[in-house]
Amino acid sequence: MITLDHVDKTIGELPVLEAVSLRVRKGQFVCLVGPSGCGKTTLLKCIAGLRTYQGEIRIDERLSQGVNPMIGYVFQEFSLFPFLTVGGNMEFGLKIQKVPRKERNDIVRSLIDLFLLQGFETAYPHELSGGMQKKVAIARALATDPEILLMDEPFVSLDAQTRNMLQKELLRIWQKTHKTILFVTHNVDEAVFLADKVMVLTRRPATIKSEFPIDLERERDRTSSEFVSVRKEILRELEEEYVEQVDKGYKGI
Amino acid sequence: MRTHKVFIVLTFIAAWEVVAVLVNSRFLPSPLLVGATFWGLLSSGALLQHAAVSLARVMAGFLLAIAVGLPLGVLMGWSPKMENFSVIIEMLRPIPPLAWIPLAMLWFGIGFQSKAFIIFIGALFPILSNALLGVRETEPYLVEAGKVLGASDSQILQTIILPNSFPSILEGLRIGLGIAWMCLVAAELTGLKTPLGLGYLIMEARDLGRADTVMAGMIAIGVIGYVMNIALKWMENRLVRWKP
Repeated sequence: MITLDHVDKTIGELPVLEAVSLRVRKGQFVCLVGPSGCGKTTLLKCIAGLRTYQGEIRIDERLSQGVNPMIGYVFQEFSLFPFLTVGGNMEFGLKIQKVPRKERNDIVRSLIDLFLLQGFETAYPHELSGGMQKKVAIARALATDPEILLMDEPFVSLDAQTRNMLQKELLRIWQKTHKTILFVTHNVDEAVFLADKVMVLTRRPATIKSEFPIDLERERDRTSSEFVSVRKEILRELEEEYVEQVDKGYKGI
Repeated sequence: MRTHKVFIVLTFIAAWEVVAVLVNSRFLPSPLLVGATFWGLLSSGALLQHAAVSLARVMAGFLLAIAVGLPLGVLMGWSPKMENFSVIIEMLRPIPPLAWIPLAMLWFGIGFQSKAFIIFIGALFPILSNALLGVRETEPYLVEAGKVLGASDSQILQTIILPNSFPSILEGLRIGLGIAWMCLVAAELTGLKTPLGLGYLIMEARDLGRADTVMAGMIAIGVIGYVMNIALKWMENRLVRWKP
C-alpha cells in the first residue's frame, strides 16, 4: 500500500507538488493523469526515493526513506542498460542483492516466459523493438519481486498498436502477479482502459483534483458507452486545467 | 569497395612517378627507388631495429598516460568536486606536446625518459578527456535505474557508468595512441643517446641528403600507425558488440 500525506516539493523557487495526498491499496491499479509538465514524474520519483520532499510518504504504513526494495520503477525513457543483454538487464537487481546464480537464472527464465520473450535472452537492447524494450524494462523492475510498481508514462513513445498490445500485456501480468501499480500517463484512454481508479492532477503545482473509480469489467471495450462517458468526464476535468492555464497566461500579459 | 581503394593507391603512386620523372631531382626520388630503399632497410633488419626502439618509447609513454589519465578522467567525470580541477587540464591541453621538449630535456636529459615524457604528454589529454566525457555523459536515467534497483554509488560506477563509457574510453585510447606515435618522431628529432629510432633514421638520412631513406622512414611510420589504429578498431568492435 502507498500512502501520501500532504507531500510538497519545490525545485528551486518553483513549487511543483502541493499538498498531494493519495492512497493506493494493496493490489490496486491506479492511474494518475494530469496536464503535461504538471509534476507527475516528480511525484513518482519522490515515492521511489529518488527525490527529496516535505510531507509523509508511507509504504505499508512504514515511513519511506530513500530507495525502497519494495518498489520497482519503470522509466519514461528507454532506460535499459545498453551494454547488458536482455537477461543481463533482468538480473541486474538480483545481482545487486547477491542472489545466487542458479536462482537468478531461474527467475530470468520465468520472466522471459511471462513476458513472451523467448529467444531474446542474449539479445542487446538496440536489437529489440521499442515495445520489446519496454517489456524488458518492466521485467527488470519485477525481477526482485517488489510489491509495488511505479510506472512513468512507460508506453509514451510507442505507436498506437504496440501501445494497446502492451496495455493488455500489462493487465495480464498484473492479474498474475497481484502487484500494486501506480501508473502515470497523460493519455486518458490508457488510464480508463487500465485502472481501478483514475486520479486527476491539477496543473503545476500539482495536487489531486478529483478521483474516478472505474468499475467496468475487464477486458474493457474502448468503444462501449460506459467507457466513453467516463473518458469524457475525465477529459473535461483535464481540459479545465488547460483552460485555466491559458487564462492565467493572458492575465500575465 | 576494395578494388576502389587499390585503384586510388595505384593512381597516387603513378602520379608520383610521373612528377618525379618530370622534376628529375634527387630530392624527389621516384616511388620505385623509395620502394627499393625500403626493401633494403627491411631485409637488412635495420628498419625493424629502429622501429622496435621507437615502439618501446611509444608504449612506455602511452601506458603511463593510461595509468594517469584513465583514473583521473573517470574521477573528474564522476565527482563534481574533482571536476573543478578540469580548469587546470583545460589550460595545459592547448600547449603542444612539442613545446614540452625543452623542459623534458632539462628534466630528463636526452635519454629514454625524455622521449617517454613527451609521448606521455601527447597521449594523456585525449585519454583523460574522453574518459571524463564518457563518464559525465552517462544518461541520468541509467544511473537512476541502477539506484532504484538498489545499487550503491560505487556499484553504479562499476556496473553502469564504467561499462557505459567504455566505448568513449576506447576511442580516447585510440586517439591517444595516434598522437603518441606522432609525438615520438618529433621527440626523436631532438637528439639521442643511442643512435636508433625511426625519427633518428630520418634525421640522419637528411644530413646525408638521402631523400629516399627519409621517405622510407616516413612510410614505416605511416604503416605502423595505420596498423596500430586498425588493431585498436578491431579490438573496439570485438569488445563493444552492444553498440548499435
